[in-house]
Amino acid sequence: MTEFVKLFELLISASLVNNFVFTWFLGLCIFFGVSKKMETALGMSVTFTAVMMISTAISWIVYKLIMVPLNIEFLMIIVFIGIVAGLVQGSDTIMRKVAPALYYKLGIYLALISTNCIILAVPLMSVGNKYSFIESIVFALGSGLGFSLALIIMASIREKLELADVPKYFKGLPMAFVVTGMIALAFTGFAGLIKH
Amino acid sequence: MHEAHKIITDILGLFQFADISQYLLPKVGVGAEIEAKEIVSIAPLLKYTLIFLAGMSTVFGFVLAFAAKKFAVKIDPRVEQVNDVLAHAHCGACGYAGCEQYAEAVVKDPNVSPSLCIPAGEKAALKVAEITGKKAEIKEKESARVICQGGWSKSQKKYAYEGVLDCRAAVLAGGGDKSCTYGCLGYGTCERVCPFDAIKMGSDNLPIIDKDKCTACRKCEAACPKKVIEVLPAAKAVLVSCHSRDKGADVRKVCKVGCIACGMCVKVCPFDAPKIDKNLARIDMDKCRVCGLCVAKCPTNAIEDFIAPRTKASVLDNCIGCQICAKACPVEAITGENKKKHVINQGKCIGCGICAIKCPVQAIGGTFNAEQIRIAKQKEKAKKAAAA
Repeated sequence: MTEFVKLFELLISASLVNNFVFTWFLGLCIFFGVSKKMETALGMSVTFTAVMMISTAISWIVYKLIMVPLNIEFLMIIVFIGIVAGLVQGSDTIMRKVAPALYYKLGIYLALISTNCIILAVPLMSVGNKYSFIESIVFALGSGLGFSLALIIMASIREKLELADVPKYFKGLPMAFVVTGMIALAFTGFAGLIKH
Repeated sequence: MHEAHKIITDILGLFQFADISQYLLPKVGVGAEIEAKEIVSIAPLLKYTLIFLAGMSTVFGFVLAFAAKKFAVKIDPRVEQVNDVLAHAHCGACGYAGCEQYAEAVVKDPNVSPSLCIPAGEKAALKVAEITGKKAEIKEKESARVICQGGWSKSQKKYAYEGVLDCRAAVLAGGGDKSCTYGCLGYGTCERVCPFDAIKMGSDNLPIIDKDKCTACRKCEAACPKKVIEVLPAAKAVLVSCHSRDKGADVRKVCKVGCIACGMCVKVCPFDAPKIDKNLARIDMDKCRVCGLCVAKCPTNAIEDFIAPRTKASVLDNCIGCQICAKACPVEAITGENKKKHVINQGKCIGCGICAIKCPVQAIGGTFNAEQIRIAKQKEKAKKAAAA
């Protein structure tokens, strides 16, 4: 039971308390790039969460079973980047054949993901925090949900913002940054949710 | 197999012999030799690093190569070629979801026309036709036009609109805040939907269309709730810029530049192009020679002239003195005796270009159409010479 509670805590911590976008300020390029429309934001969220969980799982296995016994943990950044890039490329190829409909919907996001910093940060952090396999996957799921939440909040605000009477020099990205800052402030309210 | 094993052990052996880590590690400071307790042996580290990285990249290489072979999707290379030619605005003017989908359809389906990509223009249509082995129908260059000149300073409003600043929202509130029910609302919906950045809202809340950027994709035409924007041939350069079918007196009350259907343009036109139909003048494009006479005569300035500035005509030295131009001139600006070079009164000339059209020897220069006419005539002559 305590195990389950701990996993739930991890999920909440990754998605809300330590939200990657609003607390760590990572992955901002994708965050601002695809949050213009709700449709793209949803597509990106789904793809992002899926890729994050798979890449974290593979990274964890490679790290624990190969890199630790060989004493070459210092290589993890390079290796994790390689794993993510290879995984993305592979799933791109396979998806194109197996599910072309899905590929047309989500394929364009895959290329964006392969060099994203959150995708790299999650395996690195789960290794750094010495999470178990299950914990890393839950951590990845939480981070993915947190990023999706951020994207969806931002997309719904920006769709309304399009119609608002924003001062000329604040139109577009500047206003998006201001809004992001305000949401980040609001997210600090989650800080006391979990006792560390 | 045995050979390979031997080679690998040899290579690994090299690393063990070359254990130079003790010399490489820094030994500095007081009692440095004693402090450097933790000697990291570089050789095994290097060895494992190299083996691991090489192994990993090999595995990934094989897996990806396998995936590429096993899950290869056969794509007609022509699809890629066609895709490169298209405009990549994903505007949907062709009727497909995106450029890739159109490229696929045009290659696979023999009934799909190669000239559907309007934004990419004539050249792309020719190229697509060449790649797919189809025949391109060349469409006349078109561009979007705003058929309303009643900006906020020139027209009346019936109430103060304070809702969402978008025409599609404003029109929900009693058909918009403008007193004229046909006019542009000016909240910039067209500016936002334009995928080519060709529309900018002007200072008087009227959209200004950049002719060079506009590709006639018709997105603005579809988005405008008042149907103010029309996509017309680019050659259509003189337009009645008003849609109002209200009676003249009513139009005058709400707008300074609306068409009041007075019929002045009908009277003044030498080619019978304008017609009044249900309180609105329309110019028949087939008849209009874009001379611009009606533009000058329209009492409310409702007719817009897209040829600006109009340059005035002048007589060239090859004039034969036939007096045809003098008879044709609508403002009587040309005078001259028979068989002598004619003179054009620059003060009277309005640059309509009619004399240039009528002149049998192309002795009129300076008007907007003079150059075109000369080139057309030269081509005709060349053709005749070739035929003879």
